[in-house]
Amino acid sequence: MKKGHIIGIGIIAFAIVIIITSIGDASTYESFSTAKEMKMGGDDKSIHVVGQLKKDNSGRVEGIEVSDEKTSFYFMMLDNDGMEQKVFYNEPVPADFARAEQVVVIGSYKNDALFVADKILMKCPSKYQETEMKTSGV
Amino acid sequence: MINTFVGNLGHFAVILSFVSALVTAFSYYKYTVSTELDKSSWRNFSRISFYVHAAASITIAISLFEIIYQHRFEYFYAYSHSSKALPVHYMISSFWEGQEGAFILWIFWNVVLGLILIKTNKFWEGPVMIVFALVQAFLVSMIMGVVIGDLKIGSSPFVLLRDVMSAPIFQINPEFVPEDGTGLNPLLQNIWMVIHPPTLFLGYASTLVPFAFLIGGLVTKKYSEWIRPALPWAIFSAMILGMGIIMGAYWAYVTLNFGGYWNWDPVENAVYVPWLIMIAAIHTMITFKKSSTALKTSIVLVIASFILVLYATFLVRSGVLGDSSVHSFTDLGLSGQLLIYMLFFLFAAVFLAARAWKHIPTSEKEASVYSREFWIFIGATTLGLMAFQVILPTSIPVWNAIVEIFGGISNMAPPTDQVGFYTKFQLWFAVALAMLSAVGQFFWWDKIDGKALREALVVPYVVSVLISAAIIVLGKVYDLTYIVVVLAGTFTIVANSTILFRILKKSSVKLAGGSLAHIGLGMILIGVMFSSGYSEIISYNMSGLTYSNSWEDEMNKEHVLLWINKPTQIKDYTAIYRGRQKKVVGVPGYVDVKLLESTGKVNESIALNDIVVKEKTYFKKGDIVPIVLEENDYFQIDYYKEDQFQFSLNPMSQFNTTMGLISSPDSRRFINKDLYTFVAAINDFDEPEWRDDETYEVTPGETFYISDFVTTFEGGEVLTSIDGLSLEEGDVAVKAKLVVMDYDVEKRIEPIFIIRDSQVGRIPVIEKELGVKVELTNIVPEENKFVFTVNRYQKDYVVLKAIVKPQINILWVGTIIMLIGFSIAIFRRFDEFAKMRDKGLES
Repeated sequence: MKKGHIIGIGIIAFAIVIIITSIGDASTYESFSTAKEMKMGGDDKSIHVVGQLKKDNSGRVEGIEVSDEKTSFYFMMLDNDGMEQKVFYNEPVPADFARAEQVVVIGSYKNDALFVADKILMKCPSKYQETEMKTSGV
Repeated sequence: MINTFVGNLGHFAVILSFVSALVTAFSYYKYTVSTELDKSSWRNFSRISFYVHAAASITIAISLFEIIYQHRFEYFYAYSHSSKALPVHYMISSFWEGQEGAFILWIFWNVVLGLILIKTNKFWEGPVMIVFALVQAFLVSMIMGVVIGDLKIGSSPFVLLRDVMSAPIFQINPEFVPEDGTGLNPLLQNIWMVIHPPTLFLGYASTLVPFAFLIGGLVTKKYSEWIRPALPWAIFSAMILGMGIIMGAYWAYVTLNFGGYWNWDPVENAVYVPWLIMIAAIHTMITFKKSSTALKTSIVLVIASFILVLYATFLVRSGVLGDSSVHSFTDLGLSGQLLIYMLFFLFAAVFLAARAWKHIPTSEKEASVYSREFWIFIGATTLGLMAFQVILPTSIPVWNAIVEIFGGISNMAPPTDQVGFYTKFQLWFAVALAMLSAVGQFFWWDKIDGKALREALVVPYVVSVLISAAIIVLGKVYDLTYIVVVLAGTFTIVANSTILFRILKKSSVKLAGGSLAHIGLGMILIGVMFSSGYSEIISYNMSGLTYSNSWEDEMNKEHVLLWINKPTQIKDYTAIYRGRQKKVVGVPGYVDVKLLESTGKVNESIALNDIVVKEKTYFKKGDIVPIVLEENDYFQIDYYKEDQFQFSLNPMSQFNTTMGLISSPDSRRFINKDLYTFVAAINDFDEPEWRDDETYEVTPGETFYISDFVTTFEGGEVLTSIDGLSLEEGDVAVKAKLVVMDYDVEKRIEPIFIIRDSQVGRIPVIEKELGVKVELTNIVPEENKFVFTVNRYQKDYVVLKAIVKPQINILWVGTIIMLIGFSIAIFRRFDEFAKMRDKGLES
């Protein structure tokens, strides 16, 4: 066998290793119920859940509990299937948190009652998409 | 009044620019295929056509800048990307905040590069400029804003606000012009954001040059001659892209609060990948010039680098990344257009390369293990795999989109721990590159066999092991992986320095580019290892309090809460938060907000007291004070060590109505480390929820407690005048003098009580920093008692994160050395090209 072939095979083998680990390490989008099933099945992998913050009738976000030292908090979230879940986040409350139209929590269940987020992505009303404007001009 | 002229001019220039690009492409094509007789007239016509295109493109840029500069908020672009408060240099950032502006920047750079190429090339002008003109036509189409039926081509930056927004005001008054724009994203209000995008877009634009030479070579059957003119440009492109990436990383480090300079965000990856491929292409192109091998590899790599830049643009600007990136742009409906652009050049390049494939010269002989070709090839392969490992997971959202087009459902998401995921591969690739670049250099300069190689490497090897040992001991590097990184890094630094000295002794500095760039690589590797691998969060909760006996306490609390004036331990330092400040025009440092009161106008305040810095008075009480970006608050935090004051840091934060809390770090720079700090949460002053009334009855001289504060009531004082209120005959006004101690700070709180015609008036005092409101409610003269009503909120505070980043300066110095290496190499390769061209051997 020529040296070139050995190198070629080596490269292909390595590329396959990369593909397999990428798929293996890739996370998935889940709902809270499937995420809970995963946890029950012994799978501790960190996953994405998309949803909204829980709001009361007048549209105010409810259920945020900030710790005394203000460095972590709990909140209530509804996933896209409408399932309600208490979530813990070990960071200070992001300032625009209550305004988020959509939140993505990345993390896993701590136990069957609490979801711990390692990271939160928020979609806020973007200023580029606004259709209303202040009419204080001349 | 609405000014429609500028917009119409801009829009006309866009159309002209588009048409002239197409005309240029066509006429350069005619020039390339025409007979010698017609050539010169076609060339002149093509050049004029390109000059028209250039003028039109520059007019587009000027028109858009004029709209921003003159605050023409009747235009959507100015309204949504700028505001009156912005200084001129940030207006430049406004220009490219929007995607349309970014495309204009790209178009502009292509024009500049095109003009240079016309000046510097004879033979290659025709074929190269065809590619240029076609690329320009695609780019200009992105900002055309032409709608034909349901088909929208491009998004114009010159649309009027009233045509975009459906606010009812426009029905009442179509001439309505908003008073101010919505401003520039505060994260972009940074000097690095003024120069980073132009650099990056020059990098993007410059990948077109080697690609255009390659396509020209394939079309004119000069399968190998294109390398010489393309090489200096390929190195230029790698250098500028690299510089753009580094500036972006530096901007992220000084502006964003994600805690570092590199986050493996999709947007970063999208630039990193074409850069790696361009580096690989440079190496194979240089090999080809030396020994006529690796031509096919070079062709593939040059095509890949150009297409990957377009792919990066597609990823960032089509909205496909959606949730997975912190800074992707919103979808302007250009994804289809971007896709066509990318696929057009991909298929054209692949078709031309495939057609020419069997004519492309290859060397039949097998590369020996002791040849430089072999090692360069391994190096290029490593770079290719490195790029592959990054682009694959970054493309997961694209994969999901493709699956959905075919009716499937894919719920794949990018890896959650991005940094860990990419690092575990990229680290080892980088180690391999360092080793290869050390060994490879010896092959490069000498024909060498196994024995000679061992002899040549012995000294550098021993020296680098000794240096590594010192670094490992002094830097306390006890992790096996990091020890390997140190070894590889020092090895390439030592080996390349050896070569560098030999080159400098024997020949000229012109040949030193390669070894310098590799030394830079070694330093970057070591700098990244220390600053990221050994970055240490020091803002752990050290209060010693356990809040509840739960698992939460076991989690690391990576932030520390600093109440105002309260000394708090942060590792070796005692930190004290001292309050909010603003930046004032003309005053060095920062000014305490307690000295300023807003006048209601943009960026303007009144001085409540003299503003004095180092015994120089900058503003007197009552003066109008111009503020630099009034939305920005700077939080002064003093650091002490063993009761000795060390330094202050002023991390910035801006409470932005559209984007929430924007936080920028402030770092203390030491030679061997940075202390990097930012505020993660702040107190909201605006709507305090006052707690229930607390009543205190005190006699003058008495000391009591408001909340935790030791408060002394010094006594009352009858006033004869009050600021902002005229006293009439018969009025009685009394001021109570309270002194509140908060740690080492003494505050005077003086509420006022007024009696006029048996009516009682009270002027309470709100002390924001302490979070108390004190009212002098009543005076009981017979008991000599004053009655105060106190409401409490909470003291001012910040939640801080502090990280130590060791040896980050090695990283920055390494990047600079690498850039110098690139510059030397560009100079050398362009010189080679120019000499051959002047001999008439251009092709």
